[in-house]
Amino acid sequence: MKKFTYLLFAMLLFTACREDDEIFIPESINVSNPEFTSITGFYLLNEGNMGSNKSTLDYYDCTTGVYTRNIYGNANPDVPKEMGDVGNDIAIYGNRLYAVINCSNKVEVMDVATAKRIGQIDIPNCRYIKFHKGYTYVTSYAGPVEINPDYQQIGYVAKVDTASLEVVDRCLVGFQPDGIEIMGDKIYVANSGGYIVPNYENTVSVIDINTFEEVEQIEVAVNLHYVVADNHGCLWISSRGDYYETSSRLYCYDVRKKRMVTSLDVPVSDMCIQGDSIYVVSAGWSHITSSYNVTYSIVDVNLKTKVTDNFITDGTDAKIKMPYGIAVNPITKEIYVTDAKNYVNPGTLYCFDNDGKLKWSVRTGDIPAHFAFVGEQTIQNEQ
Amino acid sequence: MVRHIFISAIFFSMPFISWANNEYDFEHEDSAYSLNEVQVTAQSYKEVIPAQTLQGQQFEALRSHSVADALRYFSGVQIKDYGGVGGIKTVDIRSMGTNHMGVFYDGIQLGNAQNGQIDLGKFSLDNIEEISLYNGQKSDIFQPARDFGSAGTLYLRTKRPTFADTKHYNVKAIFRTGSFGLANPSILYEQKLSENINLSLNAEYIYANGKYKFRYKKVFSDGTIAWDTTAVRQNGDIESLRLEGGLFGRLNSGQWNLKFYYYDSEKGIPGAIVNNVWKNSQRQWDRNFFTQGSFQKKLTDKYEILVNAKYARDFMRYLNPDTTLMYLDNKFWQDEIYVSVANKYSICKNWDTNLSIDYQWNTLDATLTNFAYPTRNTLLVALATSFQWNGIKTMASVLGTFVSDKSIVSSGTGSNTDIFNQRNEVTPALFMSYQPYIEFPLNFRAFYKRIFRMPTFNDLYYTDIGNANLNPEFVDQYNIGVQYSKRFDGFISRVLLKSDAYYNNVTDKIIAVPKGTGQYRWMMMNIGKVKIRGIDVNAQSDFRLFKDAKLSLNLNYTYQKAQDYSDPTDNDPESGTYKGQIAYIPWHSGSAVARANWKDFNLNYSFIYVGERYHNSSNIRANYEQPWYTHDLSGSYRFIFNNMQLTATLEVNNLLNQYYDVIQNYPMPGRNYKFILKFEI
Repeated sequence: MKKFTYLLFAMLLFTACREDDEIFIPESINVSNPEFTSITGFYLLNEGNMGSNKSTLDYYDCTTGVYTRNIYGNANPDVPKEMGDVGNDIAIYGNRLYAVINCSNKVEVMDVATAKRIGQIDIPNCRYIKFHKGYTYVTSYAGPVEINPDYQQIGYVAKVDTASLEVVDRCLVGFQPDGIEIMGDKIYVANSGGYIVPNYENTVSVIDINTFEEVEQIEVAVNLHYVVADNHGCLWISSRGDYYETSSRLYCYDVRKKRMVTSLDVPVSDMCIQGDSIYVVSAGWSHITSSYNVTYSIVDVNLKTKVTDNFITDGTDAKIKMPYGIAVNPITKEIYVTDAKNYVNPGTLYCFDNDGKLKWSVRTGDIPAHFAFVGEQTIQNEQ
Repeated sequence: MVRHIFISAIFFSMPFISWANNEYDFEHEDSAYSLNEVQVTAQSYKEVIPAQTLQGQQFEALRSHSVADALRYFSGVQIKDYGGVGGIKTVDIRSMGTNHMGVFYDGIQLGNAQNGQIDLGKFSLDNIEEISLYNGQKSDIFQPARDFGSAGTLYLRTKRPTFADTKHYNVKAIFRTGSFGLANPSILYEQKLSENINLSLNAEYIYANGKYKFRYKKVFSDGTIAWDTTAVRQNGDIESLRLEGGLFGRLNSGQWNLKFYYYDSEKGIPGAIVNNVWKNSQRQWDRNFFTQGSFQKKLTDKYEILVNAKYARDFMRYLNPDTTLMYLDNKFWQDEIYVSVANKYSICKNWDTNLSIDYQWNTLDATLTNFAYPTRNTLLVALATSFQWNGIKTMASVLGTFVSDKSIVSSGTGSNTDIFNQRNEVTPALFMSYQPYIEFPLNFRAFYKRIFRMPTFNDLYYTDIGNANLNPEFVDQYNIGVQYSKRFDGFISRVLLKSDAYYNNVTDKIIAVPKGTGQYRWMMMNIGKVKIRGIDVNAQSDFRLFKDAKLSLNLNYTYQKAQDYSDPTDNDPESGTYKGQIAYIPWHSGSAVARANWKDFNLNYSFIYVGERYHNSSNIRANYEQPWYTHDLSGSYRFIFNNMQLTATLEVNNLLNQYYDVIQNYPMPGRNYKFILKFEI
């Protein structure tokens, strides 16, 4: 019996003890050959599943071909609970990197060279970000609070002074505003109405940037998501659909003619514009076919038609479980596609050349999604 | 770092080293607490494989805990604990998932057709006399068909009234207070109504503000502090009221009881602690009512009948008042009707058979748009037989489950269609034990069981998430084990050693998978596969130290390799989920309890260890979760005051003030205290 007991203790002693959690040391992987263009690299923002506090930042250095995972904690070892919960957008303005962290109710402002924290902009339930003349404009679901049981939360656009990182003004828009674009002296905001399901919103709000007041609402389709401008005076607006009868589509609105030019049967999970091409990935569950409809489309903004339904030409698409984010290198035109898998397992980043052939792939954080290119043409960020 | 573990090891080895050869004169074993020892009137079951049980004095020492906390002392059990007084606590047995655990309250299953999970945080041990946990099922044939229907089965048995010779009533009042702003009075009144009928009434009120300090920190690789944050847990308050009553009757070779139960609570949902969010505001209300009755009688020498019936109504309201997020105010109502008849027939002295037929009706109503308003009719038929010969005991059962669901599919345009769904399953179980020598108490046992869990109403019909095409989630369990149990008259008065090795194969596991286009859209699918290989080891021993002094030890160790076989293509050797250890299951876990009695003093020490884990089956550094272990200490003293018997207890939990998470971003309390005063008349 004693022997038995000692065996039990021996087993207990085998087991590990608790140690202090160490700051995560970033993991670097050589994934490709160095390439020297005016784009020196890009940041990839991993969303992290809601409640996991696992939004992380990865960096790919084009000049070394080295991909580095999870750099925020090491760059900012004094920030409690790291970058935060659910990263929703990332962009570079000047020499600063802005990461919109949705469930941490903040925009994290960092130095673009080091990812060191400069400060934060507190905006509850913040979604997407754009810049214009020293100000940043951020959409938020969280409008004014009213004591009224039937009250439905209207959203707003926050105007933030990038020098002071203070919110200087708010402009109310529609319900649950998502994508934002600036064209001329107007701000365009895609309202989703995601919280008032099944009566989704169907408008794009137009804000005059000088008066910072909503001047118009353009009716498009239900549950809008992204709005991006092309170089020909048109806005490309994606609708998520209602997930039942109305499917996800891509709409084109001519700002000068003030009318809808076309509506394409291109479902959109994520999209970006590069030159005169819109690159789109989509994965949505279909109750009709009981399978995911996955597409990797390119839309020509001049022809206003879909050029291809699958720009991946080497069969790599068979490996991708849940295409989630997309970006295109403004110089090399390499296409980056992220695979979010089941949202809790680590994702994968795929890099394709302009012909749709796989160049390299690498493991990322959880739900890899949003890109910001470093170097000249940083204006060409995702949306 | 190894220090704490080592101290515990020394602490527990000590009795073996220093006192092993001492000889003292003893009084009878249970003298220290014989005054108020409850005589269990229940019949002894002819179980093939005995349960893990907490009862009597062992149970007394843990009585201030919740049911979930007490279960941590069983082997093979993992508790999912979100922290605090009102935090959700669910039990996962042998890594098969919380939905595979059947929880029975006084012999009748506690249902939750909505999500299949019983929040054990709701149940206090105040009025409970015995907890038994069975792997597979209770290997006794005379039971309702429901009892054959889970992969693991937990029985909570409430206290039945017993009276000292001349007494006609008992009153017991308890007041607990301590950390978390706790105020927790309860009262138990028992009355002898006639020679054969007893009444029991019990009421308990809990208020706690749920506030406690928690701490997160990180260090550099050289050990210097990078950041270190301490905050107070908010929105963890709870207010609850529990009322319970029962009539217990004895019959000529039979018994009956009738019970009602009412629970009403409001609590905050403290939520995950993430960067920049240190407080949440979601609230939950629960109102549970059930009434149940049981009748058991031996009608002839060979035929015995057991009838059970229950009606339950549950209300739950979830409120998110935070208007920066999606405002939610959802209400759910569930109804359940259950009837069961079990018939045991003894073919001969050592051969019994049983036929049980149960019928159950469940509905769920909710204030959700496009809700499916499901109704479920379940018919369960169990046929079982047991056979005993020399040292061999066997039991075989087969369970037929016939479930038909009705739900409403709304097209969105106002036209509704009724959908019917039928699922029929037949599943077997076989239990055996063998004792080679009558005189030598060494016992070998083995069991096989195939069982499933039905998809819950949420799995099937929750608006947008549910998937009406789901199949049941199956598990095949294989177990072999050995047990040695003996009582002695010397310094060591009792020894129990047991060990089991098991293999569980979970197929068609129901898991949430994303629907694409954004983060907040999920659905349920039958795509998980998990294989679990494990070993449980348990050692118990009682010692007579010297006159009136007794020491008891209970050690548990569990090893589990619970591998995710869901996606063979995700097989990267470093980060792949294929064959990775599944989320939150430690390879090593264990507990140690030492209890010492001397006259009216009682000292209890317990240690719980949960080894390193990952919060995802991709076992990479970014998903690593630290081991945690807590030391709890309590002492009590019993005395007579004004003809009342008083017991005062002081408890210190998490003595070494370890700050840890059981679930990522849900901080657990550090050192905390409880003071308990018990009056008995």
